[in-house]
Amino acid sequence: MARARVHITFKEGILDPQGKTVLRALKSLGYDEVEELRVGKYMELELAGEDRARLEERLGEMCEKLLANPIIEDYDLEVDA
Amino acid sequence: MKFGVVVFPGSNCDHDCFYVLGEVLQQDVRYVWHQNTELSGFDCLVLPGGFSYGDYLRTGAVARFSPVMKAVERFAAGGGMVIGICNGFQILLEAGLLPGAMMRNVGLKFICRFVDIRVEITSTPWTSGAYEHQVLRIPIAHNEGNYQVPYRTLEEMKLRGQVVFRYCSPEGSVASEYNPNGATESIAGVCNREGNVLGMMPHPERASEAELGSTDGLVIWRSLLTHCGAEVPSGQTRAR
Repeated sequence: MARARVHITFKEGILDPQGKTVLRALKSLGYDEVEELRVGKYMELELAGEDRARLEERLGEMCEKLLANPIIEDYDLEVDA
Repeated sequence: MKFGVVVFPGSNCDHDCFYVLGEVLQQDVRYVWHQNTELSGFDCLVLPGGFSYGDYLRTGAVARFSPVMKAVERFAAGGGMVIGICNGFQILLEAGLLPGAMMRNVGLKFICRFVDIRVEITSTPWTSGAYEHQVLRIPIAHNEGNYQVPYRTLEEMKLRGQVVFRYCSPEGSVASEYNPNGATESIAGVCNREGNVLGMMPHPERASEAELGSTDGLVIWRSLLTHCGAEVPSGQTRAR
């Protein structure tokens, strides 16, 4: 059994309406040091198997196919095996 | 002409489409369950609006893997007519049958109201009955209609005449103040290169009877019927 984490964020240059709104809200609370904020998605998975390279490859496929939309989103994945 | 209205778990405009095609336009229309993979005999498939699979993950992202979608891809590749309305458009984008992707509306609000859209090209099967730059008043109802597409793809789409509708003023001018959701270049609807697959955020099925405030949706349905050589009911056809 391996645990995996996937972070999905909008690509650079894609306007993130949620991120912009949260950024404005933080600024209105006085957190002027916040210069950029992007809202993304975080997923935790449990995967059967031990072969880390293989699991990373499979998880990359899952991201490309379903978990992320490669037109507008980037993903990062980590597998602890 | 034989229509199939595809029903996904969470579709909620399927009955409206079925009613308009069957009762208002007097066409042969059937429901197609999302598990169905047999689409022979249909001339046009409608992917209706709604919240397929609860819009989980991304709008349309799960529905595109429904068994019916493989068949829809084959149907479209064979030249069959496919229209995706609202959530149906989002599904077509996720399936890669149309270019681009949908993001959250810029104002972060669900918008449900009439908008004006301008017909950008009249050489598609869906707009052949419109006049150039005709303004159609058709309602939208969505949270994710902020259409995004890579710059280079968009330039190619414009050259090939794939930008079909843009949000506009009642007089037909396109400007950011008439863009309800932040969509790139105010785009409200696009088609594929071949023109047989259309996706649009506004709901023509909600603007197909005078009682509902607009019959401009009929411009699209009638163009399609004419293109396919079907008999077009004249005037405002009344349902029973």
